[in-house]
Amino acid sequence: MGIEQLYIIILACIVAASCSLCGVYLILRRLALISDAISHSVLLGIVCAFFLVHDLNSPILILGATITGVFMVFLTELLISSKRLKKDASIGLVFPLFFSVSILLINLFAGDIHLDQDAVLLGEIAFTPFRLLSLWGLNLGPVSLWVMGGILLLNIGFVLGFYKELKLCTFDRGLAAMLGFFPTYIHYALMSLVSVTAVGAFESVGAILVVALMIVPPASAYLLSRRLSHMIGLSVLFGILSSLLGYFMAFYINVSIAGSMAVMTGVLFGFVFIFSPSQGVLIKFLRYHKQRLRFSANMLLIQLFDHEGTDTEKTENTFSNLVIHMKWSYRFANTVVAYALQHGFINRVDDYLSLTSLGREKARHVSVMDT
Amino acid sequence: MFVDLFHFNYTLGVVMSGAFILGISSGLLSSFAVLRQQSLLGDVISHAAFPGITLAFLWMMAKDPLGLFLGAIISGWLGTLFVHAIVRYTSLTHDAAFGIVLSVFFGLGIVLLSYIQQTPSSEKAGLNSFLFGSASTILFQDLITMGVFCLIIIIFIILFWKEFKLLAFDPNFMNSLGFPVVKLDILLTMLLVMAIVLGLQMVGVVLMSAMMIAPAAAARQWTSHLGFTVLLSGFFGLLAGVIGTLFSNYIPHLSTGPMIVVVVSLFVIVSLLFAPHRGLIWNWIQTYYYRSNIRANSMLMNMLLFSETQTDPYHCHQLSALSAIGRGPALRAMHELKRQQFVRNPEGDLWGFTKRGYQKAQRLQATLFKDDHGY
Amino acid sequence: MKDLLDDECSVIVQDLTVAYKEKPVLWDIDLKIPKGVLLAIVGPNGAGKTTLLRSIMGLIKPAAGNVSIFGQSIKKQKNTIGYMPQRGSVDWDFPTDALDVVMMGRYGHLGWFRRPTKADKKLALDALDRVGMLDFSDRQLNQLSGGQQQRVFLARALVQDADLYFMDEPFVGVDAVTEQAIIGLLKELRNQSKTVVVVHHDLQTLSDYFDWVSLLNVRQIAYGPVKDVLTNENLRTTYGGRRAFLMANQPFVD
Repeated sequence: MGIEQLYIIILACIVAASCSLCGVYLILRRLALISDAISHSVLLGIVCAFFLVHDLNSPILILGATITGVFMVFLTELLISSKRLKKDASIGLVFPLFFSVSILLINLFAGDIHLDQDAVLLGEIAFTPFRLLSLWGLNLGPVSLWVMGGILLLNIGFVLGFYKELKLCTFDRGLAAMLGFFPTYIHYALMSLVSVTAVGAFESVGAILVVALMIVPPASAYLLSRRLSHMIGLSVLFGILSSLLGYFMAFYINVSIAGSMAVMTGVLFGFVFIFSPSQGVLIKFLRYHKQRLRFSANMLLIQLFDHEGTDTEKTENTFSNLVIHMKWSYRFANTVVAYALQHGFINRVDDYLSLTSLGREKARHVSVMDT
Repeated sequence: MFVDLFHFNYTLGVVMSGAFILGISSGLLSSFAVLRQQSLLGDVISHAAFPGITLAFLWMMAKDPLGLFLGAIISGWLGTLFVHAIVRYTSLTHDAAFGIVLSVFFGLGIVLLSYIQQTPSSEKAGLNSFLFGSASTILFQDLITMGVFCLIIIIFIILFWKEFKLLAFDPNFMNSLGFPVVKLDILLTMLLVMAIVLGLQMVGVVLMSAMMIAPAAAARQWTSHLGFTVLLSGFFGLLAGVIGTLFSNYIPHLSTGPMIVVVVSLFVIVSLLFAPHRGLIWNWIQTYYYRSNIRANSMLMNMLLFSETQTDPYHCHQLSALSAIGRGPALRAMHELKRQQFVRNPEGDLWGFTKRGYQKAQRLQATLFKDDHGY
Repeated sequence: MKDLLDDECSVIVQDLTVAYKEKPVLWDIDLKIPKGVLLAIVGPNGAGKTTLLRSIMGLIKPAAGNVSIFGQSIKKQKNTIGYMPQRGSVDWDFPTDALDVVMMGRYGHLGWFRRPTKADKKLALDALDRVGMLDFSDRQLNQLSGGQQQRVFLARALVQDADLYFMDEPFVGVDAVTEQAIIGLLKELRNQSKTVVVVHHDLQTLSDYFDWVSLLNVRQIAYGPVKDVLTNENLRTTYGGRRAFLMANQPFVD
């Protein structure tokens, strides 16, 4: 592996980690789609700032982009508070306009701006190693690595420095306001951070895949954590893991790196969605079936208990009766009977089923519980 | 250029018809999406449809419009199913589920697109136009497919008008009436998916969501009647499609999708500001009026309170004693009241009721204490 | 009702008016809350009870009037106030445990940037013990029952170590045992000469639980010690037609 690939991998990990850090709060504040809106809007800032300074590497671009991101959030909130449109419609209206205007500007002045509209969507992480920073004749590695590294440090600083304040403002805005922690300022500080991060990540992975890195790893972490600190740690881990896996996938089948990273965040989310020990689909499925089985076994015991010693016992307390009268499928009846046999509640002689003393005890207990 | 504008050639005819169909179908469906608070679902569906387009292309190795449409519809539909599954089985909320499905599906689409670019197929070039939309790539056969889908949409909306209306307003009530709410919901979502997929080639996956919100958002400001909203929204969609396409056709390099979105956003801005009754400018004037009205009313109430301590209700008091809301606004309120002849100001700082004002204050007090009406 | 001197009061509200567009939500409220009482704010739905509470706490900007707390503006008194929010306003799926929620009550004393110390943790554990929730300190919020959640939030208010407490419907969604436990603690606070202001729903328990009451329906109908204020006349004005129903001594269903 050459130094170029190493640069790309390191940059991918830094981008993923920064995005995951601010993404945690977007998930917790139910603002996931704001990341989509911001990552589209920052482009307008980049384009406008470019017209001012005519340099794609100028820090003014980051500043301009951040300001437009925050301005878009402000406009959206203004629209929501005007009560003319619902929240979702307001979010969905403002950012496409910002994005459209910037694409049109790029179209019109394509000769002046070295930004093409596909790069805006796809990112140019593969070109990272070719834009190097050199000071006083020294080669200091790719520019984007320095910029994104700075953004990562900013994220870490913000999340650690304001850990308590962010937690309180997210969890209970009212108390935070009363204790003088200014939740509105914290909100806009967070929005600025998301904008800065989006601008940085934008260059590498493009406008839409920023959303994958901001939302998906924290969402996976959310399904696994009971503490905020765990959620933050896990989501950084998921972010880095998906960028590593994504890079190798892209490398081996020669496809878009950014796209592969996004797909990998989805694959990891899929794993968590199925296998999470508390919220996973699998555990819920198993739990449901176990409950259903237990409940059905109890029904079986009561049925046997009620007809024990009566005239109809020989016909009622049979396996075939379960299928005919209780409308269970043959397979399900088999499973229930097997469950009851295994727990020593019943005996089976061919078709005929009878209670053991343990089963009788259980049936009595269950029917008392019912009444 | 102006000569060109009126010179209708064959290509332009195809493109304009495309814009026409796109505008109508997205306009019609957007009003249901906005009313049902599913605006952002459109964003999810359009992005989720993208891998379907690329997969269908990989399978056919040709740009057959029907095949691409079907691929997009299936994958867009799959995206909504994933959203449902995530919301149902986890404690994540809708917005998170939207973000997850939207970005991961789009990522998959990008991966597939970059894979296709390595293949030797000659037709692959046109696929990029699905990102930002391009009117110029629309062919006559695309138009046929779009037209058929648009017709299906219109027929279903007419057939199920009453049901969709109820579904948008009160699905719980509808359930109690014994309608198959879930099936109707699936049908309406299916139509939404169709309308979105239909527009992808012209507007592009990235901005199609705006077409599913903006026409209805603009129309909603002018009328509160569902029928008019749907028609007006269809009209706005159509107009934006046609105008946007015209611009992008005559100004070189301009992408069609963003141009249409800018036009339709302008409709929204104008509607938000100037629509009668709901328009913001109209509303700002009203709010100013209300606010001064409240100040004036509270001054009247304060004067009434003071007058109860006096034998003569028309006795004059000093403004500083009366004002509870700070001197500046109080003075302004008093001047307004004086203009309406509710108070008199015989000298300097002394203010008292006129007969009219005293009656008005008593009426105000009566409404405030009216039994059991709870504000 | 005797006139209260200003320095006998914890809260003084003058001419408070809050409005949404042309609709006054609160109209010209005057309120002097003496120190060391348990005060209920009572009134029908939409009477502006929560709005009054939130305006006193400085969370809503009034159209007119002013509020002072211990003779100063709310901003200078934030650490003398404890707050327990309405149940609906909390995200129960937030990844945090009971102890952590209670610790949040200490944040006001910590101020910006400083982290909770061992001493804060001990205070939080003590508060959990007082509400009988010590054994649940490491449970996640959504694993607790409604009553248990409410106790955790009470513990959080206690740990704020305030002189003045605001509680928005603390008895909603709570079992009888928890209700008794909560009111016991509130009375204990009152006996330590702290002031507790509660938005309340249930007229049945009003005179058992509270010393003072404010009857509210956009305007303040009556205000003072419970025994003076709770007259048929006042209740009729507050609740209007529903009064007959209340006279029958039935639980008040809103």
